[in-house]
Amino acid sequence: MTVEDWATASEGAPAPEPEAEVRARVDTSGTPLVEMRNIRVAYGGVHAVDDVSIDLYPGEVVGLVGGNGAGKSTLMKALSGAHPPDSGQILVDGKPAEIGNPRQAKRYNIETIYQTLALAENQDAPANMFLGRELKTRMGNLDDASMEAATREVIARLNPNFQNFKSPVQSLSGGQRQAVAIARAVHFNARILIMDEPTAALGPAETAQVRDLIKQLEKEGIGIFLISHDIHDVFDLSHRIAVMYHGKIVGIVNRDDVTPDDVLGMIIMGKSLEEVTSEERAKLH
Amino acid sequence: MSDTPATPVQTPATGSSRPTNGSGRDSFSEFKRAGGALYRSAEVDGRLLGLMIALALAWIMFDILSKVFGQGGDSIFGGSFLTPRNLFNLSVQTASVAVMATGMVLIIVSRNIDLSVGSLLGFLAMVMATVQKEILPDIIGFDNSLTWIIALAVGIALGALIGSGQGFLIAFLGIPSFIVTLGGMLVWRGGAFLLASGRTIAPLDPNFSAIGGGTQGSLGRLGMDLGVGSATLSWLLGILVVVGLVVLVVMARRRRQAFEFPTRPRWAEALIVVVGSVLVLGGVWLVNAYEWPIRVAQRYAESVGIEVPDGGLILSTGIAYPVLIMIAVAAVMTWIARRRQFGRYVYAIGGNPEAAELSGINVRRTILLTFTLIGVLVAISAAITSGRLDAATNALGQWNELFVIAAAVIGGTSFAGGIGTIPGAILGALFMQTLQSGMVLIGFDTAQQNVVVGIVLVVAVGIDTAYRRRASS
Repeated sequence: MTVEDWATASEGAPAPEPEAEVRARVDTSGTPLVEMRNIRVAYGGVHAVDDVSIDLYPGEVVGLVGGNGAGKSTLMKALSGAHPPDSGQILVDGKPAEIGNPRQAKRYNIETIYQTLALAENQDAPANMFLGRELKTRMGNLDDASMEAATREVIARLNPNFQNFKSPVQSLSGGQRQAVAIARAVHFNARILIMDEPTAALGPAETAQVRDLIKQLEKEGIGIFLISHDIHDVFDLSHRIAVMYHGKIVGIVNRDDVTPDDVLGMIIMGKSLEEVTSEERAKLH
Repeated sequence: MSDTPATPVQTPATGSSRPTNGSGRDSFSEFKRAGGALYRSAEVDGRLLGLMIALALAWIMFDILSKVFGQGGDSIFGGSFLTPRNLFNLSVQTASVAVMATGMVLIIVSRNIDLSVGSLLGFLAMVMATVQKEILPDIIGFDNSLTWIIALAVGIALGALIGSGQGFLIAFLGIPSFIVTLGGMLVWRGGAFLLASGRTIAPLDPNFSAIGGGTQGSLGRLGMDLGVGSATLSWLLGILVVVGLVVLVVMARRRRQAFEFPTRPRWAEALIVVVGSVLVLGGVWLVNAYEWPIRVAQRYAESVGIEVPDGGLILSTGIAYPVLIMIAVAAVMTWIARRRQFGRYVYAIGGNPEAAELSGINVRRTILLTFTLIGVLVAISAAITSGRLDAATNALGQWNELFVIAAAVIGGTSFAGGIGTIPGAILGALFMQTLQSGMVLIGFDTAQQNVVVGIVLVVAVGIDTAYRRRASS
């Protein structure tokens, strides 16, 4: 994704402001579900994430946007335990959380849908959904039948046409694989959900399903970090939008206070909303 | 960025949410799925079936060739391959490599390799021989009935320890398994030599060498000692296995019915049970048809005071202990691979190491344990091999690592990781041994055997790769 792509993407489709419903403000008076404070992550001397602070409230969707290499995925990997931060603090329900690996993150009910889906390609859907958290019989054997039953139930809600519960997931379509990855995240009582490009590999119908799912999950009080390249997705789904640029957050804006063009300007210029001048904005078009 | 197809989309009216990839490709995959359903409804592994057919053809071919080029024999084709004697020996010779190959499957499935198994076998055999011949006699005396089991326990414990050590270097220090076990290959071969200063330790404790098979190390002898007759125990075991097979099939069906999942058609289950029973009971009949050598029978009769009838005492050899061990190991390893969390993790790591890590699987610990496991299996194979030879030499197990890897790979284990089965590895080991034993009967020398085995290995993996490519495209 280049800067040009962003510009054309916004030109190609009409901005959705007029018809978009107003996203009801999320109650932010209580304790945030997650608070990430002064997070730093360096890859070999390069600050992929540089002193970033961000929070997330129950029932809130926070969109994370920015160009390639802006640090969105790296920031989320710090939260999911995939790549712990070099410094900084993570609080869950206001208490310091120790997240050094994915197992620990899951203990805080932090679930992640990775862009790569992170599926074991040679295993079937039930094995993938329960990977790392298998159900066992009293004898300690794998309870494949129970796992298949649970998987059928969860996936039926996500994708009613999904029938292939016995084949390795590598033989499934992109949408079906996505359904497995999502099912895995939502089945285990996620409270904090990280979705990294959840619709990038999907067709229109499946994208609509994922959008419905996100709206349903936020009603259940789940907090969602949504990484997306699709500015319309982000605008339709988020309550707040955090813009990242070169490892820093340049601004966090309420979705109802801005237009997609405003956000686009922030992404491309790497400046906060107030700093983007009208000339710069004009140049985008 | 969306993957909208360039061709006009024909969305099914049923409200399907499947991505529309163009209808032509869809109907083709639909057709293929229907073809695969036949296979799948029987849930028979096509690759395994192919290997069994190849094995049957090889047996018949070698039998005929042994008549044409060799001395021939009294089998149905007039050869010497399909005789009880040869097939009994084949089963015993297969056991050692097959036991290690079951562990090698898990190693290769998780994208590692173990080149040290042959040398480790030599080293552990030497340790067990030293324990039973030079250490234990000073403590519990000669001919103690516990000698064999203490020696075996020491070997297994040491095998687990050495395997864990190599596994630690690989999993926790990140040294490639190829290098660690290449080092191990040199270290343990040298260790076997140093331990006994290059001597051969022989003979071994008689109970210990029974682990290696032969007339002394088979169910026929045990049956005679217990006074139930030489053929009884083997038949009993065969029937038990058949009953077990029926129970497993019925239980699996009930379990799927309880959850109202689709079940296999009854004819497919019946076929599996019938074919399985014929194979098991046929095998028992075969090893029972292999009689004790006349002199051995005579000596035994004299020692226990049985009267030898006219025409000599005819006793069945029955199933050899190493074969029993191999069957038990195969059953346990299949259970570990398919029914235990550990096995599932091994396959998940092989399928996608990154995904396994992100799923919260302790990848390092799992990898370490696969090496612990193969260490234990190598110790068992060391007991079988040295027991069969009734000696420990420092060359014991030489080249075995290559046979073991070849057995796993011929059995369908993929070097790309994530794919491989325990029964496949056993069949692979049997196939390797079939080649060797068959060529001996034809009169091939070692050099000619090596040429053939090498070619067959490459061809077998080539066929397997082509099969897999077609299956996945």
